[in-house]
Amino acid sequence: MKGETGTSTEVFRTVVQDILDDHAGESWPLIAVLQEIQHRIGYIPPEVVPLVADRLGIFPGEIQGVITFYSQLRDRPQGRTVIRACRGTACHVSGGTTVLKALQGELGISEGESTADRQYSLETVACVGACGLAPNVIVDDDVFGTMTPAKVRKLIEKDGEPS
Amino acid sequence: MKTPHRVFVCHETPCVSLGAESVYSAFREEIDRLGLDHVSLEISGCHGHGLCSGGPSVVVEPSRFFYNGLRPEDASVIVREHLNHGRPVQHLFHRDAQTGKSVARYVDVDFYQSQERVALRNCGRINPESIEHYIDRAGYGALQLVLSTMTPDQTIDIIEESGLRGRGGAGFPTGRKWRFCRQSPGDQKYVVCNADEGNPGAFTDRSVLEGDPHAVVEGMIIAGYAMGASKGYVYVRAEYPLAVRRIRKAIKDARRRGFLGREILGADFDFDLRVKEGAGAFVCGEETALLQSIESERGMPRPRPPFPTDSGLNGKPTVINNVKTLSYVPVIVDRGAEWFRSLGTEESPGTAVFALAGDIRYSGLVEVPMGTSLSRIIELGGGIAGDRKVKAVHTGGPAGGSVPAHRLDTPVDYESLQELGSTMGSGGMMVLNEDACMVDIARFFMDFARSESCGKCAPCRLGTKQMVTILTRIAGCQGVERDLELMRDIAETMRVGSLCGLGQTCTNPVMATLEHFEEDYRAHIHEGVCPTGACDVELDGSHVRAAPY
Repeated sequence: MKGETGTSTEVFRTVVQDILDDHAGESWPLIAVLQEIQHRIGYIPPEVVPLVADRLGIFPGEIQGVITFYSQLRDRPQGRTVIRACRGTACHVSGGTTVLKALQGELGISEGESTADRQYSLETVACVGACGLAPNVIVDDDVFGTMTPAKVRKLIEKDGEPS
Repeated sequence: MKTPHRVFVCHETPCVSLGAESVYSAFREEIDRLGLDHVSLEISGCHGHGLCSGGPSVVVEPSRFFYNGLRPEDASVIVREHLNHGRPVQHLFHRDAQTGKSVARYVDVDFYQSQERVALRNCGRINPESIEHYIDRAGYGALQLVLSTMTPDQTIDIIEESGLRGRGGAGFPTGRKWRFCRQSPGDQKYVVCNADEGNPGAFTDRSVLEGDPHAVVEGMIIAGYAMGASKGYVYVRAEYPLAVRRIRKAIKDARRRGFLGREILGADFDFDLRVKEGAGAFVCGEETALLQSIESERGMPRPRPPFPTDSGLNGKPTVINNVKTLSYVPVIVDRGAEWFRSLGTEESPGTAVFALAGDIRYSGLVEVPMGTSLSRIIELGGGIAGDRKVKAVHTGGPAGGSVPAHRLDTPVDYESLQELGSTMGSGGMMVLNEDACMVDIARFFMDFARSESCGKCAPCRLGTKQMVTILTRIAGCQGVERDLELMRDIAETMRVGSLCGLGQTCTNPVMATLEHFEEDYRAHIHEGVCPTGACDVELDGSHVRAAPY
């Protein structure tokens, strides 16, 4: 396991170097760089933070401050499928809380957690602007509207392809 | 020779979620199979009839036949019957929810007829990913007019005379803001588009960006010329991936056509745009926090003054305008200040775009002249869903307030809503029926503010936490009479003492519900029940009173 981490660190470093090269000369690139690292690797591995800090001429602590400030950025890996329950106003008044509870029950985890097999992560999102379909659940990038606890069960059984 | 037809398949987030992409592919396949040369198939923004829950919707031009709720297999029927043989397919037309009758044509829908589409002028009528479509609808004409015939000051004059006010919520006169920035000394100035529409329940900016991104780009270029700025940023929240993609494409295409870059259209004016994606922080909708975020810092607000028009991005004069504000700019230049003033009210000219949601038959966007009453807007949305009654209409999201049913004659404009303790906000309008408990609504918004407070200043950081504690206690029927007074006290402290708009305004939902729905609070406190059963709270001991009373 330890050896594997060492190898992946090397891979991460190469990926991050490429990303930094792409953003060379750009004004205020940090957030865009972090987003791209997360997009490519799935999260922002703590071991690449000093590398980014060095190239951008800022302190690693400042980067950590940015990562912890923004809810989208994360420094640990997620499940392969990310399920997000919308907690916008329309979703709240049309049963979003019940849907979130159903998701928690079905997956056996709370928001912000991943299942033990790393298949699923559960998160909440402020609003995806699809209020006409409330309550919404978002599986990776797909929005599933007018959710009910029964549809939640189907959704997870079929892994993101409800009928 | 058959009449050319254009088929527009809505490709906004809700319709895509309901399968618009497979409907589009089915159309494509069948059109190609039959080799119909007279038909062009396009994606579009929202057709804007508030029928998002009944999508995917499809409009066939030129007659504007209107199909809704299509499945892929319906597409081939429409292609064969309607497009090939000229026989519209009646059973697939949109059905009016109230009468149950099918509505053949787009313009026959009541929802559409009574609207005044200015900000949404192109949404649903063009392919948002095609700059040619935008140009066909007189797009970039205003820019040419400005660059070839007007000085920057004359450009600002038009916007000032039109009376356009910021559509982000505060309603500051746009022309005056531009003038401040123009007069502020500095060799480098910036234009920023605030597309960080974080209010849960508002999606008007998303629809403009997804449906008509070039209008925003053109508005920004004109703003840049008026102020003497050479750079601009569009700050979009990352929760809107489709909007991000469309605005990026629009910028690229505009650059390719020479509307962005050096010496635009031969004038002595350079301007270029970049997109910055947010990373999930509601407070970044506050303008100084937004600037911090563009600079890749933690998005924490800074004190004003200095205002961004004096010291914004990079310490340089910067104008920050909302998406809709900018999308009005080209059309005001085109049609004149006078025309814009003829819409709406004296103090609030123009139109207002609202995202109707909640217990309403048709959720979606409405655009009406300012001054239209709340009850008329609800009517346009097909009225309340089911055989229920309206209890309240909440506008302005976490910074707004709930207007009670007996005040629905209130006209929507900045001042009227403020008098009732609400705000225009950025366009969220949530209709609540009698099943809604206003304590639950207040607690919902306050909990949102608590989780989104950046923690920089104490009144907001501590105040939101204490307010949630008290509201949870009341929701769990453990509150006392004194709690109401305590909340009013805390709210006042937060309003006066918080650094930015988030802390100053996030108590509005509590204050408005206390003012108009105090009986909901009293029922929890004195009768020990939530009158509607909406409050679902299990107290775990952390909400007991901390301070001695």
